[in-house]
Amino acid sequence: MAGVLLSEAEKTFILHGVQSDLRNDGRSKQDYRPMELELDIVTHANGSARVRLANTDILVGVKTEIDVPKPEKPDEGKIEFFVDCSANATPEFEGKGGEDLATEISNFLSTSFNSGLSFDLKSLCILKEIQCWKLYVDILILECGGNLFDAVSLAVKAALHNTMVPRVETMAMDGGNVDLQLSGDPYDCWRLDIKNVPCLVTLTKIGEHLIVDPTAEEENCSMASLVLAVTEDGRINSLSKTSVGSFHPHTLTEGLKVGTEVGIRLNKALKEALEKEEKRLQADKPERSGFLK
Amino acid sequence: MSNIRIRLASERVNPSLTFGEEGAPQLFTPGETITENQRVMSGHGTYMDEDNKEVLRASVAGTVERVNQLICVRPIKCRYMGEIGDVVVGRITEVQQKRWKVDTNSRLDSVLLISSVNLPGGELRRRSVEDEQMMRKYLQEGDLVSAEVQSVFSDGSLSLHTRSLKYGKLSQGLLVKVSPSLILRRKNHFHNLLCGASIILGNNGLIWIYPTSPEDESGVGGFTQNLEQVIDKEDRERIARLRNCVLALSASKFMLFDTSIQYAYEESSNYSLKELLAPECMLDVAFRTRHRLQSYRDA
Repeated sequence: MAGVLLSEAEKTFILHGVQSDLRNDGRSKQDYRPMELELDIVTHANGSARVRLANTDILVGVKTEIDVPKPEKPDEGKIEFFVDCSANATPEFEGKGGEDLATEISNFLSTSFNSGLSFDLKSLCILKEIQCWKLYVDILILECGGNLFDAVSLAVKAALHNTMVPRVETMAMDGGNVDLQLSGDPYDCWRLDIKNVPCLVTLTKIGEHLIVDPTAEEENCSMASLVLAVTEDGRINSLSKTSVGSFHPHTLTEGLKVGTEVGIRLNKALKEALEKEEKRLQADKPERSGFLK
Repeated sequence: MSNIRIRLASERVNPSLTFGEEGAPQLFTPGETITENQRVMSGHGTYMDEDNKEVLRASVAGTVERVNQLICVRPIKCRYMGEIGDVVVGRITEVQQKRWKVDTNSRLDSVLLISSVNLPGGELRRRSVEDEQMMRKYLQEGDLVSAEVQSVFSDGSLSLHTRSLKYGKLSQGLLVKVSPSLILRRKNHFHNLLCGASIILGNNGLIWIYPTSPEDESGVGGFTQNLEQVIDKEDRERIARLRNCVLALSASKFMLFDTSIQYAYEESSNYSLKELLAPECMLDVAFRTRHRLQSYRDA
């Protein structure tokens, strides 16, 4: 994680703050910082979203491509995550510096999307054993202000919601080859079902307490974090522990309970925001804010 | 536990206080023409167009300042440019032979020589080899110090000193980073605010907010850190509120000094601590602060 340097006294101050449930910015243990969402800001992607969580800035683009299904899963499509840590976020990401973090995030996302209960890969199938859709989810980390996992997952879910997959019109078998014809109308598309797509909730352990949405400074004070992938109805899809520290069984069970609750709230908030943004985009010429405004 | 809210980019609040107002300072962006008058002199943040020698353009984003014929552009966001006598807050990044390297938000790391700090045990003590070996005991990587700029080297890097009891290692509190151009230069940069917390406004844009200690100033300097002390919740609330107020003012590009911060603190009392993180509330606090300062000035 992006290293910020802190003195012992600052760490003590943060630790005591968490103990008295009043963090440095006035939040309690289970509060999120203000978030901002914008959909459809990359014109050449099938779906895109940008999420800004205080100082963490994430841009996600989704591209679709036609591919051959895996032989062991002939009736399923594919989804692939690629994380790019921009060196603009922190100088440590320069060169290969961000690679470990990038693999960690993309691996965790793949495991959370792997189950048929979270994302229906079968809907991406075009012709069994022969052709399927492949989704490339490109995640760009533009700024690092703590709590990357949560912000990335929100942006991914929003971008998948925004994704338009072109409709395939006709299929003609020509010997062993398949000929696909895409619909002539570029707006003739279908949307992905993201109802069960999980949001990630990071619970950072500071002292004996668990907090959500840690700032970069708070992450520095913590020895271990728990990342949960929680769906809208409160199911935990996958779970992982990051960094070197360990959890007491009691803290872990408590963390699962808190994380589920927070996850449900987070999913709900995202759903509301997506509906509102969708309404705005349907207007005649929706304005785009992007980065420069 | 409050509800999570995700706002949309289209609902973004413009934090500017003078937006659309008359008499608002004009902002120049890099490359913009400032003047086509030939008789002006090009100062910091400006350049003469290469093709057309008569046109003066801005090289940074900021406001124009004019002294007779000399035209400068003062950048809104910049690295700290040190001046002798400035109070700065910095973080130790490296311990070297006879010196510490300090990050002061300038282009180059500053140096703090062991000969320009007050070592424990008498002011006029000779610095021995043992002192050099003990350097990490006094200040280690990550520690924060308040210091004064002693001199500026030719490459712009700074040499600091802490030879006064008010400077030294900082103990418990929190650090806020704002743009150095927002700190108003004052006689005094150490303030015990009326609200019950203290603040060090570093000229380099680093602001240290800490609980007012009951014993007099004498305890602040030196190399002690009290890690056992637990700051009570009221003090903590004040510190957090001050932090949010400072950030609210800085988001609206409002100059920071003791009065503006004190007013912002008082004007923020309508809002809870958590509400102060929302952009609308931040703008409202900055707006009320500006209004109050203006009415005070007019009176």
